[in-house]
Parts: sequence; C-alpha cells; structure tokens
Amino acid sequence: MAHWIEPHPTGIYVRPADAWIDPSLPQARALVTHGHADHARGGHDHVWATRETLAIMGLRYGTASGTAVGYGEEIRLGGVTIRYVPAGHVLGSAQIILEHAGERIVVTGDYKRRPDPTCLPFQPVPCDIFVTEATFGLPVFRHPDTGGEMDRLLHALHANPDRCVLVGAYALGKAQRVICELRARGHHDPIYIHGALERMCALYADFGIDMGELRPATGVAAKEMRGAIVVAPPSALNDRWSRRLPDPITAMASGWMRVRQRARQKNVELPLVISDHADWDELTDTIRDVAPNETWITHGREEALLHWCMTHQMRARALALVGREEEDEG
Amino acid sequence: MRQFSQLLDSLVYTRSRNGKLALIAAYMRDAPDPDRGWALAALTGNLDLKAVKASAISEMIRARTDPVLYEMSRDYVGDLAETVALLWPKGEEQPAELDDGSLSLSAVIDRLHSVSRAAAPDALAQMMDHLDASGRFALLKLATGGLRVGISARLAKTGFAHAFNLDVDDVEQVWHALAPPYTALFDWAEGRSARPDPEGTPYFRPFMLAHPLEADSVDLNDYAAEWKWDGIRIQIVGTGTETRLYSRAGDDISGSFPEIAQAFAGHAVLDGELLVKGDTQGGEAASFNALQQRLGRKAVTAKMMTDYPAFVRLYDLLIEGEDDLRTLPWTDRRARLEAYMALLPPDRFDLSALIDAPDFEALADIRAGARDAAIEGVMLKRRDSPYVAGRKAALWYKWKRDPLTADCVMMYAQRGHGKRSSFYSDYTFGCWTEDGELLPVGKAYSGFTDEELKWLDRFVRQNTLNRFGPVREVEKTLVLEVAFDSIHGSKRHKSGLAMRFPRIARIRKDKPAAEADRIEGLKRLVS
Repeated sequence: MAHWIEPHPTGIYVRPADAWIDPSLPQARALVTHGHADHARGGHDHVWATRETLAIMGLRYGTASGTAVGYGEEIRLGGVTIRYVPAGHVLGSAQIILEHAGERIVVTGDYKRRPDPTCLPFQPVPCDIFVTEATFGLPVFRHPDTGGEMDRLLHALHANPDRCVLVGAYALGKAQRVICELRARGHHDPIYIHGALERMCALYADFGIDMGELRPATGVAAKEMRGAIVVAPPSALNDRWSRRLPDPITAMASGWMRVRQRARQKNVELPLVISDHADWDELTDTIRDVAPNETWITHGREEALLHWCMTHQMRARALALVGREEEDEG
Repeated sequence: MRQFSQLLDSLVYTRSRNGKLALIAAYMRDAPDPDRGWALAALTGNLDLKAVKASAISEMIRARTDPVLYEMSRDYVGDLAETVALLWPKGEEQPAELDDGSLSLSAVIDRLHSVSRAAAPDALAQMMDHLDASGRFALLKLATGGLRVGISARLAKTGFAHAFNLDVDDVEQVWHALAPPYTALFDWAEGRSARPDPEGTPYFRPFMLAHPLEADSVDLNDYAAEWKWDGIRIQIVGTGTETRLYSRAGDDISGSFPEIAQAFAGHAVLDGELLVKGDTQGGEAASFNALQQRLGRKAVTAKMMTDYPAFVRLYDLLIEGEDDLRTLPWTDRRARLEAYMALLPPDRFDLSALIDAPDFEALADIRAGARDAAIEGVMLKRRDSPYVAGRKAALWYKWKRDPLTADCVMMYAQRGHGKRSSFYSDYTFGCWTEDGELLPVGKAYSGFTDEELKWLDRFVRQNTLNRFGPVREVEKTLVLEVAFDSIHGSKRHKSGLAMRFPRIARIRKDKPAAEADRIEGLKRLVS
C-alpha cells in the first residue's frame, strides 16, 4: 500500500509530487506542517505552508518566500491533491492530507485535541494511512485539565505577593497559549516576557491573538515585578538571566512535568502539566477516530503506541525520524 | 487526602529549608483533626503500618493494565509508586483525574491499620479509585512505608512548632509522652489543654555546642582540654525501663544502633560521641569513614554489627536518676560522669579522656602531633560551665586540627542549588597518577567567596570541553588548592581515595596544572 510515499530518516518523501514533508535537510520542494524548528528548517527552495507558518519561518530564518496554503484549500502537485487541515498544535499548525491513486494519507505533524485559544482545533480526517507523532506515547502521560493547572499558577502567584512566578514556556506556542489562558482566567495584570519571546508574541498579535498588556522583563526594576507573572523560555529558568527577578517561584509549563523526577531535575518548584502534544488518551482516541488501515509513528515513545496498535489489531510501524522532539516543546 | 497529597508534592519540589518549614506549618494549622496528627506521624516516621510489598503493588497494576505498557512506563518513570499512581485506570464512572474528597487521610490510615496483608491490595485498589494521581502516589507511599520526601523528623517537628509559635525543644520534650495522632499535642498547641507531661519518657534534651576557637590561647586553669572525636554526637536517654539514642538534630536513631540502646539500662541522660571500633587501631576508634557504613540504615544486620561494632565515648552527664546536673559546673558533672562509668559495660562505653597539658603551648604541641584518624581536634571547656542549650560564648570552644591541603586540577563542574542555582559551583577535581593521568579525588562546593565564584563560573563557561547532561567537562588547566579534614581509602573512586569535608581554599591561577599534586602523595596522608 501507498508505495507513493517513502519514510526517510530526514523526512517523508512524496514521490509523485517530488516533495518532502518537514524535511530536516534543505530540499527543492518542502511541505511544512508547522513552525517549530524540528519540523520547519531553513534553506528549502520552495515551501508550501499556512500563512502563519510562513510568517513564523520568515521570523526565524528571514526567508518568507513560499506559497501560502489556506486551511481546507486544495492544491495539486504532480498528481497529488494536497490539503492543510488544522492540527491544534500551535498557531498555523496543520495536518497535511495527501490524496493520490484512490488513497488518502494524513501526516499530522505535531497535534493535540484539547482546546487552545491560539489556534484552530484538530480535525480528524479518516484515512488509509495515518502518520502520527507519539511524543507522549506512554499511558503515564495523561494531561490534566488546563484550567486546573492555571488555577494552581494563579494560586501560587496570589499566595506570594512579594515574589514573582517565572513560567518556563517554549517560545513558539506554549508561551502565547499560557498567556491567553491566564487572560481567560481573569488575570489582566501586565505580564513580563523574556526578550527571546518578544518578536514571536508580536507576530501572534499581528494574527489577531490578543494577549493583553505584555512588558519586557529586561531593564525593569526587580520590585516592579513583585506579584507578577514572568514568562521566559525554559533555558532561561536556571540561568543567570533569572537572577534579575524578585525571588522567583520557578514554574514550567510542559507535558513532561507529569513525572516528578523530570520536574525536580529541572529545579522546577511549580510544575504545570500543560502540553501542546496529544497525551496517551488523545493519541489512542485519534487513531480510533480516523480508523486507518495502517498507522505510521514518526517520533516519540513509539514502542508503546506500536504495542497498543498491535494489541488492538491495527497495523502500525515506527519510522524513527531523526532530529525530532526538542524536549522543551513538550 | 488532597490536602496531604498536595503537601507531599510541594515538599518534593521545594528546595529551601524555610520553604519546607512554611509548607508544613501551614498544613498543621489548616488541616482538620485527626488528619494533621496522622500527617505529623507520617512525616516524622512514627506511622507504624504493616507495609504492603512492592511486588503486591506490581501485581495489582498488572491485573488492571497491559503488563507490557506497565513495564515500559515503569522503565521510563523509574519509581514504582509514581508509575502506578500515573497509570492507574479508574472505573468508567469515575472522573479520570479527580480526588473526589470522599477519603480523608485518617480514613486511609484506619483502613491500612485494620486490613490484613492478604486483603490489602484490594483495599488499596478501592481507595485508589477515589483519588487523583497525587493522592494515589501519597497513598502508595504510605502503604509501602516511607514517604522519602527529603525531610527529617526534626524538620517536621520544627514545622509544627512554627505553626503554633512554640519552641521546637519544648515540642521535643513532650513528644515521647505522646502517640499518633497526637491529639494532646494539638490540644496543647492550640491552648485547649495543659502541656502534656513528659516525665517518665525518654525525651531529647538540646545539646550544648561549641564555638570555633578564635583567640590565640586560653588559660588552662579556666579551661579543661579533651579530644574532639570524629564520630557522631549522640545523646543517650534512659528511664530505667526504656533507652533512646538521639542524633544532634534530635532524630531518634535507636533503631540504627540497637546494640548501644540494649547495653544501657540506666536512668540517666548522657552526652557522647558514637564511634565504631577499628581493628587496625587495635580496637581503638576507627575513622569516620568506617562509621559511615552504619549511618542512615533503618534495619541493621548482625553482620553490620560485627563488622562495624559501635561504642560511645562519653563527654558529659546531664541527668542522673532524678538529679538534673545541668546547672552544676562542668568539673562537678565530670566527677559524677567518672563515677558513673563503673555502672556501664566497658565494651560499649568508655570515657573521653582529658588531655593533660601544663600550658597552652604544650597543648598546641600535643594537638599538632595527634595523627589518630578519629581525632578531629581539641575541645576546650570552661571548668565552671553549666550545660546549656546551643552555643554560648566563652563556655566551650572547638579547636579543630589544621586542615590538610592538596593542589588539584579542576576536571568537571556542575551547577549548584539554591542561591547558587545559576552558577557552576560544584567542582570535581583530580590529581596526577605516575603515568600522567588525572583521576578524580573529590568534589567541593564551598570555600570560595562570591567574587571567586563568579570567576570560577566564567572559567567553566569559557573552558568547556564536553557536556554530559548538567555536567561540564573543562580544560584541565586550573589548579585549586583544596583543604580537607582527612583522607581515606575508598572503593568508590577510581583513585582509591576519598576526602572528608573538602573545600576550595584558594584558586591557584599562578600554578601550572602539571605541577599539581600526585595521587601517591595524597596516599601518604591517609589516616
């Protein structure tokens, strides 16, 4: 089945279209699911992606050239009909739907099923081959309700008026989502952000995502940030950068925070289990929803999901793509 | 249960001592009775439940989930209780991640108390269905015995004392008159009843401590000198019917040294140093290294007791029978102690001898000549000093042996914790073998000033060769003068050496790495 697409360690090659999906090496024609660096690399000759993803790639690589594909819009490349459908992962993220020779293939990129105020929700598309991620492909990963995690964050903030809460969140997607979720819980104070987030937050604002008042955390007196939330990329949490903050409570928003030792290793005091990836139940529910003849697993804890597919009489294989899964993204 | 499970979670993630104390205090104030009493028992290690075996818990989860997925999960998570807590499949009608509030901590304890070993897994399973992941984790930790959240009994009691503005030593005094769930303790703390009467129970008395000697000399007519032994300070409290041993932190360590507790049947309170006998020194006290084999063990095997036989070298007698001697001058207490020795079995107890020196200069010579591995230095005690809690100026001094030093080369660095969390402040250093290889001999994370730390941090960042997770390997170019109290043989390190209390004495920017010390030279310092 589907001899017309080929998994390679460097990406998925769509033969009749002579195009690669999320290639990790520069290629002539690249179909890109979303803007995270392990999926969207610079240096391709031509890129097809959503308008938002192209803008993100432009910000990161300075090469905004490419063809914008709207959600639901159909394009044809060498006899393959291609559609981009929301994946619910980050702003502009898409599943790529390929149809050719009477077969339909869905490549999810990264995705999640729970609501996210910064992007459109995942749409399940029934298919013959379902190419899925498995970042949290172990049954210990069950992300709790996002609202409850936000409440814990706000509780810690209000219980410590002389300190600040420093939230580590990946610069693309997680940071903006956390800010929007806080606004939705009624937190309207200014939120301070690390310099590495500024341009991405501005880009989100350009696409109509309202994050309320954001202020740079750099060049501000420590006492001004007392009782405030500060958002920074995870790498800044234990770095000298955080010494400028007023006695910060270190929080981290990531699906990995579900496991105590992972949180402790990162010196996190307030682990927030908030993920932009599907948890175990979302992964298995989605496979049931799209009911493919075969499931291909690109990256993550693929052994466990493979085992689950087999024990549920579903055909599956692991692709072992290289260079995927920047851990900070969880 | 949720309040307790949230407390445990927070304790796991909180690094600072004050942060932990505040968490415990808030819980002790807010949680209902008798939950908070049971929590206090759990935190102080006084909860006596028939432990459910880890194998029974594995079996329980295997029966409820795919065993292959369980194995993969456990492999990834590491901890059994945490894996099962996260993996637990709740029944269809129960919300997946909700503590439904139907189980209080005391209800959990009651159930675990009353259930038979055979019925325990079913009882546990029923309770798990009502809890969230944190609650299941707390439940499994309670059921398997041992919370392991990194706090001592003393810290838990201090947190309790903070909650009600009590003095922790006062709490300690009444503690052993009470049993879980400590209703009388909370009644007293909240002013509903009188202080529980600790008489007749073997309770801890705070230790008298010493200041480091800073003066150039003291008059030996006013001060008596005795050796400072390098073991662990211990208090023996006997009521005539029961004996307990307390560490300096006030933790009950009777269980770790049962042979000492059994050998003491008196009605008295004594202060001494716990040591183990080393055969190399002809039955004298062995180095601290040997004692370490016995520390922190809950269960002691007969072999441990034979290989590392413990004894106590006595310093002071606080109470004899009904007589509280603490207000008497040291000279009088010493005379009472010497007389009391006759009542004690000599294989488990001896007397810390006084150092006979005509004047301070002679004492300095004796101290400089002491090479006994178990000697840490000299104690100077004012002859008229009462036995008072804590460190009081001018009563007792400790005059430690001058540290040994070695010039070592920095090999690896790691980021520190707490206020040093963003700096590379933990250094592994090594010395040269005869073949010109550098082998690690120790690790230090103190001794430098804040300015020196900034400099060292920059050195590490600019001279990194490799990264192994949080550890950086650095260019082998920087010589550190390391001070340490003593050095011992050790199988743990490839160099075969282990330093006691190493710290960075100086940064030797002037010295080429090739001129750092050799392993052979360090071996000659082994005591």
